[in-house]
Amino acid sequence: MKPAPFTYHAPALLEDALAILGDTAQDDGRVLAGGQSLVPMMALRLAQPAHLVDIGRIDGLGDLIEDSAGLTIGALVRHQRFHAPVVEGVLGRLLRYVSSHIAHLPIRLRGTFCGSLANADPASEWCLVAATLNARMTARRRGETRVIAAADFFDGVMATALSPDEILTGVQIPHPLPGTKVGFYEFSRRAGDFALAMSLVSYRIEGGVVTDPRIGLGGVEEYPRRIAQAEEIVAGQPLESDVLERTAEATAAAIAPLVDHHTSAAYRRDLARIAVLRAFARAAQGEPADG
Amino acid sequence: MDDRRDLTLHINGQRHDIRLAARKTLADAIREDCGLTGTHTGCEHGVCGACTILVDGDPVRSCLMFAVQAEGRDIRTVEGLAERDNLHPLQQAFIDHHALQCGFCTPGFLMLIIGALAREPDPSEAALVDLIASNMCRCTGYKNIIEAVRWFEGRRSEKGES
Ligand SMILES: Cc1cc2nc3c(=O)[nH]c(=O)nc-3n(C[C@H](O)[C@H](O)[C@H](O)COP(=O)(O)OP(=O)(O)OC[C@H]3O[C@@H](n4cnc5c(N)ncnc54)[C@H](O)[C@@H]3O)c2cc1C
Ligand code: FES
Ligand code: FES
Repeated sequence: MKPAPFTYHAPALLEDALAILGDTAQDDGRVLAGGQSLVPMMALRLAQPAHLVDIGRIDGLGDLIEDSAGLTIGALVRHQRFHAPVVEGVLGRLLRYVSSHIAHLPIRLRGTFCGSLANADPASEWCLVAATLNARMTARRRGETRVIAAADFFDGVMATALSPDEILTGVQIPHPLPGTKVGFYEFSRRAGDFALAMSLVSYRIEGGVVTDPRIGLGGVEEYPRRIAQAEEIVAGQPLESDVLERTAEATAAAIAPLVDHHTSAAYRRDLARIAVLRAFARAAQGEPADG
Repeated sequence: MDDRRDLTLHINGQRHDIRLAARKTLADAIREDCGLTGTHTGCEHGVCGACTILVDGDPVRSCLMFAVQAEGRDIRTVEGLAERDNLHPLQQAFIDHHALQCGFCTPGFLMLIIGALAREPDPSEAALVDLIASNMCRCTGYKNIIEAVRWFEGRRSEKGES
């Protein structure tokens, strides 16, 4: 249960961090952010990086910036920061509610939003939020900055489009349009455990019918994503129970569930269906959740 | 190659000049290099909470930080709670309410609760249950831990402390 040896780097400047990572990435040099996923993996020797680049002492990465385009979450913004709404309106309330589902206080005080995205656990709540709300990821490497769309970011179980020498410096969540409803529902066996299924939905009602529906599903497949087949069914329809039933069933039919010793594919499909229905029910109440 | 370095940790107001490998967790450094064995390690990978301490006031898992990350931080462990022979009131409340049996989890719970109450005093019942669920106790069933916290909170509000 002891991590393997590594060389520790704690640069004070992002440029230096990018340079060190550039030099050590081929040697399994890795970013250390909150350490709440990486250190357990190192303790279990599932990860044995030869170099750790600790970004914890770099100024400015802890910023949360709201502008006309959206909310930009810096690489050192910790989960607990969202415990009080960070923006007005439905987005702030959603992020607050979702953050309460991530682990427990001591982990939320250290773990970061961007670290969750880079880690890309199939059951990560923040990955579901990013995928459903079309977040934009800013990745930097020495001498280069690029923006990756959420739809292109996740790549498999704990796999992303980031290359080993890139740092995810910020994630931007666009502002929801006025009138947007959002609802989140998560099923896990115990509070604080990783989700077996979760859904985040968002939509607007215009002229009595559903507009711009987004149906995100997480914890069920290799990575959280929007389910286009389900969105097509509800788009342009009134928000009625038979429409929602068909939407939820289309979700269950469209997915390739992860299976393990405790959860069969059929069970996960059923959880996915229920999670979508309950997320819609919460959105319809006008709050991300009843809590 | 093991990256060894000199390091200064500030624990309970005392300075510890130590030399250790970068891969050493803060929990192990506190126990082995600073000799403060009140902080316990159970799972050593972040799930049990036995190693919870305060870093700059925040309750954190000391097995999920490397000691080198704690340089310059204000660290508090269970040894810093009592004043001479007088236990911290939460420690006394744990004894009075039978909130421990084997006691292995107790230092972690004490630091978790003290750190959390400093951030948000007087939690709702649901918030308290949620907080206590952070750490594992194999003996008590948690109920008496909650009672100890309730008593401690009641005493604080009577005295008008926050
Ligand atoms: C007991 C326990 C319960 C948990 N429960 C949940 C849960 O319910 N839901 C959930 O979502 N998570 C949960 N977590 C994980 C936690 O949320 C982590 O904080 C998160 O997954 C990773 O964030 P971090 O900042 O700690 O990243 P780290 O552990 O520091 O890094 C994780 C990985 O991402 C890379 N990385 C980190 N930041 C960057 C960056 N800016 N750029 C490039 N690469 C980067 C690292 O190199 C590493 O590979 C739990 C953890 C524990 C210990
Ligand atoms: S020993 Fe640190 S959480 Fe279990
Ligand atoms: S008192 Fe024994 S584990 Fe809690």
